[in-house]
Amino acid sequence: MGRRRVGTIMALGVAAALFVAGCGGEGGEQGSGGGGGGDDPTATIVSDLPLQGSSRARQETIANAVTLALEERDYMAGDVQIEYVSQDDATAQAGKWDEARCAENAQSAAQDEEIVGWIGPYNSGCAAIQIPILNEAGLAMVSHGNTAVGLTKPGGEPGEPERYYPTGERNYTRVIAADDKQARAGATWMSDLGVQSVYILDDQETFGVGMADQIQQSAEATGIQVLGREGIDGNAANYRSLMAQIAQLNPDAIYFAGITQNNAGQIVIDKVGAGMSNEDVLFMGSEGILEEAFIEAAGDAAEGSYITFSGLPASELPGTGQEFVERYQERFPDSELDPLTAYGYEAANVLLDAIENAYNADGEVTREGVLRELTATRDYDGVLGTWSFDENGDTTLTELSGQRVRNGEFELDRVITVEET
Amino acid sequence: MTTTQEAKSRGAALLDGIKASSWSSRLAVAIVAALVVLLLIQAVQDPGQFVSQLLIGITNGAIIALIALGYTLVYGIVELINFAHGDNFMIGSFVGVTVLSGTFLGLGFFAPIDAGSGAGIKIVGVILALIVAMIACGLINVGIERIAYKPLRNSPRLAVLITAIGMSFILQNLGLVWKGPSQISFPGLISDANIFAGITDAVAYRWKDLFVILVTVPLLIGLSYFIRGTRQGKAMRAVAQDKEAAAMMGINVNRTISVAFLLGGILAGASGVMFGLFNGTTVFDLGFRQGLYAFTAAVLGGIGNLTGAVVGGILIGIIGAMNDQYIGVRWTDVVIFTVLILVLVFRPRGLLGDRSAVQGGGGE
Repeated sequence: MGRRRVGTIMALGVAAALFVAGCGGEGGEQGSGGGGGGDDPTATIVSDLPLQGSSRARQETIANAVTLALEERDYMAGDVQIEYVSQDDATAQAGKWDEARCAENAQSAAQDEEIVGWIGPYNSGCAAIQIPILNEAGLAMVSHGNTAVGLTKPGGEPGEPERYYPTGERNYTRVIAADDKQARAGATWMSDLGVQSVYILDDQETFGVGMADQIQQSAEATGIQVLGREGIDGNAANYRSLMAQIAQLNPDAIYFAGITQNNAGQIVIDKVGAGMSNEDVLFMGSEGILEEAFIEAAGDAAEGSYITFSGLPASELPGTGQEFVERYQERFPDSELDPLTAYGYEAANVLLDAIENAYNADGEVTREGVLRELTATRDYDGVLGTWSFDENGDTTLTELSGQRVRNGEFELDRVITVEET
Repeated sequence: MTTTQEAKSRGAALLDGIKASSWSSRLAVAIVAALVVLLLIQAVQDPGQFVSQLLIGITNGAIIALIALGYTLVYGIVELINFAHGDNFMIGSFVGVTVLSGTFLGLGFFAPIDAGSGAGIKIVGVILALIVAMIACGLINVGIERIAYKPLRNSPRLAVLITAIGMSFILQNLGLVWKGPSQISFPGLISDANIFAGITDAVAYRWKDLFVILVTVPLLIGLSYFIRGTRQGKAMRAVAQDKEAAAMMGINVNRTISVAFLLGGILAGASGVMFGLFNGTTVFDLGFRQGLYAFTAAVLGGIGNLTGAVVGGILIGIIGAMNDQYIGVRWTDVVIFTVLILVLVFRPRGLLGDRSAVQGGGGE
């Protein structure tokens, strides 16, 4: 019965092909292509990164890492042939991620059934736009860089995280620790350095505000007095009035929760310019400013800044991580490894393994299957160590790091271990 | 006896004035008075901080004012809002940073001038950067006028406006290609030290702030002399009043308009370099926000009015600084633009009226 039907369809296909060929001559290939499909399972994965603007260098290493992960598997996840598309969610004008581009990328991917996995995005603000769109489409996401707490669990704004998941099912995971852990690491570090009072600034973006909320909570929990909190305008010419006002309060530290592109360099320059040197009033920031562009913008004023990172730099990764670093440098000798690169590589691998497992279990690759396998990842043995996704899609890793700017370069200062909550 | 009578009549006149005024303007006066009183209370409580913020506001405002002059100067002559002006200002800061780096197009002309250089070299470097940027931006502005505005001089206003916005994007993208998307740092050539360090710690006034005033004031005096005191300035005033009549009197209208653009560009170049040296960073999309503030300043003071642009710029600087201190940074834009709206509601032609720049510029 089934065989006969296939035969009928094929016959119809051939007839159609002949008809088309007879009419125009060019359409012939289309008809025969229909008959041969279905032998090799194929699937497409995409990455969504801000590839323009000052975080370009960092994000290109992520795309490289995904490529490396694929090359090492010959573009096969088990028996599934994988295609990879690198999408850009930034615009040249903005110099950073753009809301419209984020939405557009997600919407077009949602339409394309061939796409079964999504790596990224990098910016939490972009994730907040993309997750609901891809959630409706049931597409599995794994991010290497989003750290805003509210994306996966309560603790951010009211209504988070539920408002990102209209279907009620989770489709989002991340291999990097969320900001609650980074904030605990930051607060621990500050208190180790003898800080008793802090002034918190944020850049009024999803990531910055969430991070500032977290640091405020963690600082208070650690017994550090929060003297004030202010949201800055990333396009302002300078922050001298603000810094003059903060200087009056005599804080021991100023914490900036935000990204480099929102004028982090100018903030440090004006902080130092207002008489608060980095020795007297320490300057701490989060991963958002852990990039060369920050040092370039701030110049000498960046010297001595403290910066936390939601994971470990390449030098502190376990043995498998070190091997990855070597392979990466061999394959991309011109590209300088970023602390996040290993996280991009891990995200790609965990997604590819999920595709492989889904195909092995179901005999076909569907978005549903990939999502099921991805969120079920437990005790994954990768370049970051052995870790699992918890029920929220967050990593169980608890080792973070603190970096300092010395002689115009980032230098690992310490590894900070935080407790799981 | 007479004095009391005079006082009485003056009082009566004031009373009449109040009676004649509308409720809305009475309300506006009351709000302004309340705000001034609140500020004065703060000033008495902590005079040092108040004065520091006032000085910061004046310095920030002076930079805005210098950019605003470029808008107002061009508007006064051709009644065009030159949106590319803010981006020309950005190019000015890029030219400045390039001059100080000593390297252009891969050719090293001299060693970079930075914080480590000797005092004499620093001064020469700053002057050189200012002059080169002023020339470059002046020529760019003249070029823009020749290529993009002049052919459209008799087309509908809207066409020229769109062209101006287009030029703005073109310059912005040139900046992007030239220096890349990140903030770039300016060498710290001017000391951050407090001038009053030995006298009082309460008031912070740095050499950098003094530098801004030292550049701005001579430029303002020079500009004002040029327009009031020279033949070319007289020609500009004539063209502003009536292009056709001026042409009939033998004034070269095209050249006069070019001169106005040249002056605007020179101011943009100077303020670009000054902005960079003062703040320490510059970025390719700087022109948009600063241009917006400057344009606001020009409208606030009365567009086309030179004194108005300066008053508007400094007012915006002071409002910004006071707001940062006493209300909160996130409200700065809201407050500045609320003030703009209020001013335009009660004085639609701006604080000093939109009399043409070149009729001597302001002063009732």
